[in-house]
Amino acid sequence: MTTVAKLFETMEYGPAPESDAPALEWIKQHDSGRFGHFINGVWASPSEGTYFETINPATKAVLARVAQGSKADIDAAVAAANAAAPGWAALQPHARARYLYALAREVQRHSRLLAVLESLDNGKPIRETRDLDIPLVARHFYHHAGWAQLRDTEFPGYVPVGVVGQIIPWNFPLLMVAWKVAPALAAGNTVILKPAEFTPLTALCFAEIARDAGLPAGVFNVVTGDGTTGKHLVEHPGVQKIAFTGSTEVGRIIRKATAGTGKKLTLELGGKSPSKVWWTRSGSTRARSVARARGCSSRKASPIG
Amino acid sequence: MKALSDRPRAIPARPFLKDDRNPGIPLDLDVVAGLRVNRSAVERRAATIPTRRTVKKEWQAAWLLRAITCMDLTTLQGDDTPGNVLRLCAKARRPLRPDLVDALGVGHLDIKVGAVCVYHALVPTAVAGLEGSGIPVAAVSTGFPAGLNPFAQRLEEVQASVAAGAQEIDIVITRAHVLTGDWPALYAEVRAFRDACGRARMKAILGTGELATLTNVARASMVAMMAGADFIKTSTGKEPINAVLPVGVVMARMIREYETRTGAAVGFKPAGGIRAAKQALDWMILMKEELGDRWLRPTLFRLGASALLTDIERQLEHFVTGRYAAAHRHPMV
Repeated sequence: MTTVAKLFETMEYGPAPESDAPALEWIKQHDSGRFGHFINGVWASPSEGTYFETINPATKAVLARVAQGSKADIDAAVAAANAAAPGWAALQPHARARYLYALAREVQRHSRLLAVLESLDNGKPIRETRDLDIPLVARHFYHHAGWAQLRDTEFPGYVPVGVVGQIIPWNFPLLMVAWKVAPALAAGNTVILKPAEFTPLTALCFAEIARDAGLPAGVFNVVTGDGTTGKHLVEHPGVQKIAFTGSTEVGRIIRKATAGTGKKLTLELGGKSPSKVWWTRSGSTRARSVARARGCSSRKASPIG
Repeated sequence: MKALSDRPRAIPARPFLKDDRNPGIPLDLDVVAGLRVNRSAVERRAATIPTRRTVKKEWQAAWLLRAITCMDLTTLQGDDTPGNVLRLCAKARRPLRPDLVDALGVGHLDIKVGAVCVYHALVPTAVAGLEGSGIPVAAVSTGFPAGLNPFAQRLEEVQASVAAGAQEIDIVITRAHVLTGDWPALYAEVRAFRDACGRARMKAILGTGELATLTNVARASMVAMMAGADFIKTSTGKEPINAVLPVGVVMARMIREYETRTGAAVGFKPAGGIRAAKQALDWMILMKEELGDRWLRPTLFRLGASALLTDIERQLEHFVTGRYAAAHRHPMV
């Protein structure tokens, strides 16, 4: 108890750990930590039966085993997304908006689970996932629920492209899901998402949340895997648009692969933004600001910017 | 490009000495007029303070002990009697039950409150009750809580309280000066009170719940500090809205601004409505985040409170025993 007297002098914050038990329990409930793809509203075992591990970078402990997506898995997902597309596109704008509002509310309801799961899988501090990432995810869905409702009045003449393949990195795993998925769904498209192989868990959790929120089967699908899975998705003729965030190198490959196919393409690629630091700031403030501007709380220095 | 060392730098914060006072500076209306507050940014900042940081277990116990030492244990009721005040003084000397002090292993720290705060009439009683303890008596003054008595009377009240032994004076400003933007009048008023205080430390109560806007809070804070306030204090505890975190963020930023300009560190005292230990921790986290550890000591930080001590004692007892005692087992309810 003498530590209390010592802490009385130092006045440090001390550790305040967030329990990881609910997130680990959620993982365990899924086939003891083995995840298939999420296709057409159900869990689907990988056609080739191969799985890879996703780890907690803080401890190197294996969190879960995740399916490696093959061409056949992509085929199944594209078929499901194409089957769901006409029905989803035919909904009245306000009906799609209702789904997006429901997703926003469900993200808020499960925010603690998502925040802890994100922190475990990505390695960024709970403070970042709990206070920034997950609240922003909910806000993006609320925001795009509004756009879903206004689509026909604000964008007259525009129509959904159909099936969108989306490939996202590991720096803001679930936030990136929101950035990609919310506008695509709001506009009336169906989605096949391939999360980064390092951080697939929150996307899978979100897929389940979306299913429980009543999102029609096939509207949102998740196929996990590495670059080869992404390649199958990019090259699949049943996909009308590719949206990719990641390295410039892979972006170039995707540009070449989609050239001449008629697929629409959105690329958000790497690069380092310059940081402007005002010289009156103290050294520690400078270091903090640059670190924050780079957003490098993740497991590696962040590629954003 | 100039070498870094040639460039003008912000005045480095000097180490705070116990007897440092804020001498004040001449009223600079350009500075006052230049103050702007982004309300939504302040509200967002304030909203995250209780959620982003927390202290638990031993750390929480240590922080609560520190909260006690920063507490202005207060009674400002119409039915205050010498008996009440003497009881309060006894509690101020030994704010924690001896068995809790022993269990926490903090006997050598001699934990006691920062001050006892009473109306003028009870200053002599409190001075007698605290004799030899080293705990200062603070008197609310200048027509507390509205501050609308004749000016000469308000000055006399300050002098009378100091003469009666009060070492700290909590003055109230005329809110109308702020609401009408009459900064010279506010400056003159606070300056006069400061002069009347003599050696007693002066806390300027802004009555932020009645100042209408956060920009007004910022400007009133700055003018009060320019006029020589040693502490700026949020509220009397008698306004409809008392100490709330957004106001605390603004006042803390003004204290930082004033220190950068003058090198003088001014204290901060939230008061009114702080009843729960968790609230006290929120205010301390605000101080640590916005101003640093120097503002976690009674020289620069006070919590104006009455019922808070009971909750802190309950929480510490829970830390020691793992159980909460019923309210009637605590003497201060």
